[in-house]
Amino acid sequence: MRVELKNITKRFGPVVANKGVDLTIEPGEVLGLLGENGAGKSTLMNVLCGLYEPTEGEILIDGRPVTFAGPGDAIRAGIGMVHQHFMLVPVFTVTENVILGIEPVGQLDHLDLKTARAEVERLSTQYGLTVDPDATIETLPVGVQQRVEIIKVLIREADVLILDEPTAVLTPQEVDEFFQIVRSLCDAGKAIVFITHKLNEILEVSDRIAVIRRGEIVGSGDPKKLTRPELAEMMVGHPVDLDVARAPFAPGEVILDIQGLTILRPDGAVAVDDLTLQVHSGEVVGIAGVQGNGQSALIEALAGLRRPVAGRVGFDGTDITNASPRARHRMGIAHIPEDRQRAGLIGNFSVAENMVLDSYYGPPFAKGPGIDWHRVHEDAAAVAREYDVRTPSVRSAAAHLSGGNQQKLVVARELSRDTRLVIAGQPTRGLDVGSIAFIHERLIAARDEGDGVLIVSSELDEIMALSDRILVMFKGRVVAEYTPHEAPVDKGTIGLAMAGAAT
Amino acid sequence: MTVLLDKARQRQTRITGGILIALGALIAVFLAPDSSGVATFRLSRPTDVWPVPNLVVPGGAFVYVASALLAFFGVRLFLRGGARWSARFLGIGLIIAVAAFLVWATAGKSFSLTGMLQASLVRAVPIALGGLAGVLSERVAVVNIGIEGMLLAGAFTGALVGSLAGGLAGLAAAVAVGGVFGFVLAALVVTYRMDQIIAGVFINLFVLGLTSYISSQVFQEYRALNNAPVFRAVEIPVLSDLPVLGPVFFSQNIFVYGAFILAGLATYYLFHTRHGLRARAVGEHPRAADTLGIDVYRTRYVNVTIAGMVAGFGGAWFTLGSVGRFDEGMTGGRGFIGLAAMIFGRWHPVGALMAALIFGFADSLQQKLALLGTPIPSEFLAMAPYIATIVVVAGVVGRARAPAADGKPYVKE
Ligand SMILES: Nc1ncnc2c1ncn2[C@@H]1O[C@H](COP(=O)(O)OP(=O)(O)O)[C@@H](O)[C@H]1O
Ligand SMILES: [Mg+2]
Repeated sequence: MRVELKNITKRFGPVVANKGVDLTIEPGEVLGLLGENGAGKSTLMNVLCGLYEPTEGEILIDGRPVTFAGPGDAIRAGIGMVHQHFMLVPVFTVTENVILGIEPVGQLDHLDLKTARAEVERLSTQYGLTVDPDATIETLPVGVQQRVEIIKVLIREADVLILDEPTAVLTPQEVDEFFQIVRSLCDAGKAIVFITHKLNEILEVSDRIAVIRRGEIVGSGDPKKLTRPELAEMMVGHPVDLDVARAPFAPGEVILDIQGLTILRPDGAVAVDDLTLQVHSGEVVGIAGVQGNGQSALIEALAGLRRPVAGRVGFDGTDITNASPRARHRMGIAHIPEDRQRAGLIGNFSVAENMVLDSYYGPPFAKGPGIDWHRVHEDAAAVAREYDVRTPSVRSAAAHLSGGNQQKLVVARELSRDTRLVIAGQPTRGLDVGSIAFIHERLIAARDEGDGVLIVSSELDEIMALSDRILVMFKGRVVAEYTPHEAPVDKGTIGLAMAGAAT
Repeated sequence: MTVLLDKARQRQTRITGGILIALGALIAVFLAPDSSGVATFRLSRPTDVWPVPNLVVPGGAFVYVASALLAFFGVRLFLRGGARWSARFLGIGLIIAVAAFLVWATAGKSFSLTGMLQASLVRAVPIALGGLAGVLSERVAVVNIGIEGMLLAGAFTGALVGSLAGGLAGLAAAVAVGGVFGFVLAALVVTYRMDQIIAGVFINLFVLGLTSYISSQVFQEYRALNNAPVFRAVEIPVLSDLPVLGPVFFSQNIFVYGAFILAGLATYYLFHTRHGLRARAVGEHPRAADTLGIDVYRTRYVNVTIAGMVAGFGGAWFTLGSVGRFDEGMTGGRGFIGLAAMIFGRWHPVGALMAALIFGFADSLQQKLALLGTPIPSEFLAMAPYIATIVVVAGVVGRARAPAADGKPYVKE
């Protein structure tokens, strides 16, 4: 089955997400769709799988034009999509999720779970997608959930499988397994659309590459003939430097001293388990790990947002285990939260208001019980300029900024005052290459000035690019430690530790 | 590490233990001195086919034993821990406490236990049906505060149409009007994306205002419009002759049977059929359902409308199932207690029914106690069902999990 997208345009109000896109998907090949965050990859594929209606343009299957009123039509036409954010019902079993919408039934509309189960097992053995059909989704690791999503598409007899950023949630080992699955699907004659913003992955698995930028296809080619820098330039629109310059490693004394820290999740399970680590001034410590191994809890505890049940946190010799977030700020601890929308800024507040969220109460902004707005706006404008926050005015609402500019706003607020320790959770998640480079520079600048920097990231590339010391967290514990400037480490080694092999 | 977890659990167990000890002490101090004489519980009526002898309990002894048992459970939990047992002990402890209370109130008198149980079931009906309506709509993620109004609309319609065209017609009309309000709620929150709480409150106020107006203006004038026949008890052959069980379960009117049958049907529908699976998917993760070609809006319309019909049936109980006439605001918050039953029952039809039975029991208990003339003022007794609601929802239920998308509108694209 050959699928063609012809001149597809998709608008959301004033936002043009896709502009005149032409794309062909051939059977038995892996088409790699490369583009930065926000380039319009998901939107384009949502049009193809019937979730969005294109504003203009048409879809042809084997030369015949088709229109999809909804995802049901696309599924019937043989197009299935595994979404970036999984579309699984967490409290349902694997089988229930797989058959939802095409349930086999007996009399009185009675669900025939036995037949369904057998079908799931058949597909899972046929394509090597190991999964327990009776397990509840929420108990499964994301790698397995992804297999469920693929089975869901296969059981609907899709000929075209769209996989939207499937590797984002996987460890390096799981990525390798995943690529094998992709190959075996391809050998079975399916067409695969593999979406990513990671250059080495697309070079490894695709038969053909198409690059999308600002909603338009800007290039395509054969992965054997393309290099990483060429692809990066196509994707970003200008040449990019993939490395960060930094001063030689010269650590000072211990600035952050965590001893035996234990944190529970709200449901009573252990998030961080008797964790001990130190950060020196002038050092970047990077914590790698698959999401959900306690990194979020650790960051929140260090920021004062969550109370540990045991252990001690020392900052420059004082015990701050139970200090309030504001007290920590005033001591010079900067916190770049994992989720900027939820914990980093207030969307309905203006850029200037967000810029002083941590300092409005004291001089120079406080004027008696009131706030000196004139001063706030002046200062905010200066900081926004320094940190390259692109906004029409400091009076516009933060929610109207793009993700990259929102994150730069948070970074600006946290780093523009005197800091001695920077705690950053997923500092560049979902950002474009330009913003990533800028934020990396700023974090390294803080280190070069003698701050201690603690970074948590699920992007191993980011950890490896920034860290003087790499720790791997698994099930709430530090299970491995590497010092790249003493002995070089490779991704595979760290990946194994992330999967728990070091325990 | 596990030590820490155990500590948290242990503390909870200790609190439970403390509560049981306190209950035991309260009973020993306040109830025991007052419970001399025997308490006689009548189990059968003189007309019964197979009469059973009365249950005669020596008051003082029983109350002391109850308080000793409570104290024993409490101390055991307090000292030995064992989180697995704490919920079970708390449940058993509450039952013992209620029994002790009953014996104390009955000491020196006699009282029909079967009659009270029978009344419990009757009183549970509107709560159970309200709770079931709640389950059906919240399973598709529509919060239905409007159940109270739908009950009231059903009660009113049942009385009006029942007076004009007979009981069955009244019942059908009540169900239909309940369905209409369900549909209206669905339209408001699904199509127009109105806030679900506000839409529900709107329905409640609208129905209350309209029915109160008509009953005070029109029904006062034309009394024949508010004089509906009442559905009598249907005796199930043989089974209704069983001692105790017969009168309680097999000699009730169609509303009681209806509540049980509907709870069973709803369970089958939600958990064993294709459409039930889809409905639950829509309540948990509407976008996932949408990507699989399930029409989220349609599913919500259908289920909320059915929920309205169930509530309309429950509302008819107030008029066609008990007094045959409509009074202003006669539902008296049963719809809200129904929602509590839904939560207590963990969004499961049978759970909601069980919870409703507990609330019905509390309700009829307070009524019988008022008859027995206990020294507790009847106003306090009338609060019992509501206090039971709060205690049960806050304390025993703990972490029940609502459908994940509950209360959230679904926006396509
Ligand atoms: N539902 C929507 N409403 C408005 N804008 C949207 C919507 N979905 C995506 N966009 C915008 O369209 C652009 C492309 O987004 P997306 O397709 O998700 O990018 P990608 O998947 O490549 O990261 C972004 O600027 C995004 O903000
Ligand atoms: Mg995307």
